[in-house]
Amino acid sequence: MSQSGEEVFDVDAANLSRNADVLVIGGGPAGAWAACAAAGQGAKVVLVDKGCCGSSGATASAGTGVWYVAPDPAKRLAAMEKREKLGGYLQDRNWMTRVLDRTYESVNLLAEWGYPFPLDDDGQERRTTLRGPDYMKLMRHQVRKAGVTIYDHSPALALLVDEGGAVAGAHGVLRQKGGTWAVRAKSVVIATGGCAFLSGGLGCNVLTGDGYLMAAELGAEFTGMEFSNAYAISPAFASVTKTLFYSWATFTYEDGTPIPGAGSHGGRSAIARTLLTQPVYCQIDRADEQTQGLMRASQPNFFVPLDRAGIDPFRQRFPVTLRLEGTVRGTGGLQLVDDSCATTVAGLYAAGDAATRQLVCGGFTGGGSHNAAWALSSGFWAGAGAADYARQSRHASGQRRLHSAGRVALGENNAAEFDPSRVVQAVQAEVLPYDKNYFRTADGLTAALENLDGLWGQVRKAGPSAVARVVKAREAAAMLATARWMYRSALARAESRGMHKRDDFPQLDSTQRHYLVSAGLDEVNVSVNAAPEHPALEAAA
Amino acid sequence: MIEVVSETRCILCNRCVQICPMNVFDAVKKAPPVIARQSDCQTCFMCELYCPVDALYVAPEVAEMTSISERSIEASGFFGSFRGVGWAVAEGSELPTDQSFRLTPGA
Repeated sequence: MSQSGEEVFDVDAANLSRNADVLVIGGGPAGAWAACAAAGQGAKVVLVDKGCCGSSGATASAGTGVWYVAPDPAKRLAAMEKREKLGGYLQDRNWMTRVLDRTYESVNLLAEWGYPFPLDDDGQERRTTLRGPDYMKLMRHQVRKAGVTIYDHSPALALLVDEGGAVAGAHGVLRQKGGTWAVRAKSVVIATGGCAFLSGGLGCNVLTGDGYLMAAELGAEFTGMEFSNAYAISPAFASVTKTLFYSWATFTYEDGTPIPGAGSHGGRSAIARTLLTQPVYCQIDRADEQTQGLMRASQPNFFVPLDRAGIDPFRQRFPVTLRLEGTVRGTGGLQLVDDSCATTVAGLYAAGDAATRQLVCGGFTGGGSHNAAWALSSGFWAGAGAADYARQSRHASGQRRLHSAGRVALGENNAAEFDPSRVVQAVQAEVLPYDKNYFRTADGLTAALENLDGLWGQVRKAGPSAVARVVKAREAAAMLATARWMYRSALARAESRGMHKRDDFPQLDSTQRHYLVSAGLDEVNVSVNAAPEHPALEAAA
Repeated sequence: MIEVVSETRCILCNRCVQICPMNVFDAVKKAPPVIARQSDCQTCFMCELYCPVDALYVAPEVAEMTSISERSIEASGFFGSFRGVGWAVAEGSELPTDQSFRLTPGA
């Protein structure tokens, strides 16, 4: 790989080269909605996915709620107020209102497109949940119908940039066909999802923060990265991180004694503290027979690993663990600068878990309904915004001299390449343990950052990765970069708020109701932005 | 992790090769796909869901291999047991009866 530095990048030298108005990177719900919206504005759109649009990502393999609320002012207000305290009052009412409006419109479109919503006893469609596999199969169909060209198994390695610093496309590899791809585009939507650090959560191992790294190489900024330590409950041996049914569970020590304070909601800390020294068991013993039936009809995949392991979760105890879902269920991500989901880089847009969800979730998890609503809303806006930008762009395709913004693992020097699996293990050793990331302290964060910064120095100095390893090398570097924005932000927030828990500052500090903006690769900087005014706090003041 | 591609059931459509998000399979000419990168499997069960003939088996364990045999999977009725649970994506299955809206957490 030798397309970095100030050397001109020759798009046409790639094995597959294309011109587009809008390039969408990532084919989960946010990317699919972005592609549809951009194509709907008349833009020529290319969508690339590291895996496969329709089956990749956290949504495709799971069921999810959707923040779908009828346009009744009282209901909408109640929906907004419900999680504001949990989120530390960092939400933005204007964005919440927009998301509720857009989600209502888009979910109704899904119904028009034939999504099979269930009927209630009055024969009314219930549009508050989506089954991932069915939803994403429908979205792939809609993306194709809109005239978008999809390239599956085409991981993006880095963004392309013009001489003025505006984004101009991306390049990557064709991992099944072999060779390289490059797309010249007037604008780009990053919809690559969050970063779950290869922790094995359901469908989440494709989510390694790739888009964060690519955007950061162009100088993009992040916000809310301290809210990146969401842990989901799953059977200890399995991947299914669906947590809803644990509301009906009792958590116990090995000998069967209930763990004081342990629970799915508000009691996850007690589970984490216990897991530091001993296994935790659980039994879903508080669901009556009717509820048990409803559970099987709601999230059938919850039961698959248990059935196959011969465990009856209603009558038997099974070991559970907490898997880190990082910024997938956390709320940190790329900072947005306007209503069209533009980032701080010209021509670059962000949607879904790649973007910050602090605006609608504050510091509390966006997992489930809020993230689903955010993905389809922000996807719609980012796609439309990117199409708008492309239309107004003064550049005709092909006239700009382009460079690859990719540095780590793509640079030009004679040093040996780094071993991606070693870097992944070293990052995981800092971000997965509950005593480092779930329960944070200044000492713990500082020690972890020392290791992570040292690791970044090594990775930065390494030579280019061989084609066979370059995707994994970029994933490892993206995880490493994400960990550094995350812990640098966590260190800067000397209080506990939302999911961010500091053992050395266990209380919320009202003077820290602000946003933390993180940026940079070799040097990571964190600065403070004012949070929007909040009606509840105004009234109390 | 993905454990078995049943040679007796597989119809060589290579659907699993296309839909696997982690690129675990390799297509092979005139033969069933091979599990080329087993340790990359993220146990998301999507391949089972998309396989039109229930020729795949994903063991629930994410870490260790179980070396379960095709015969014992047949005997337990696990082939296709994920596809049969009600997702509409599986061709020919009934429309889903998603009852999530009736569940109130913490009830």
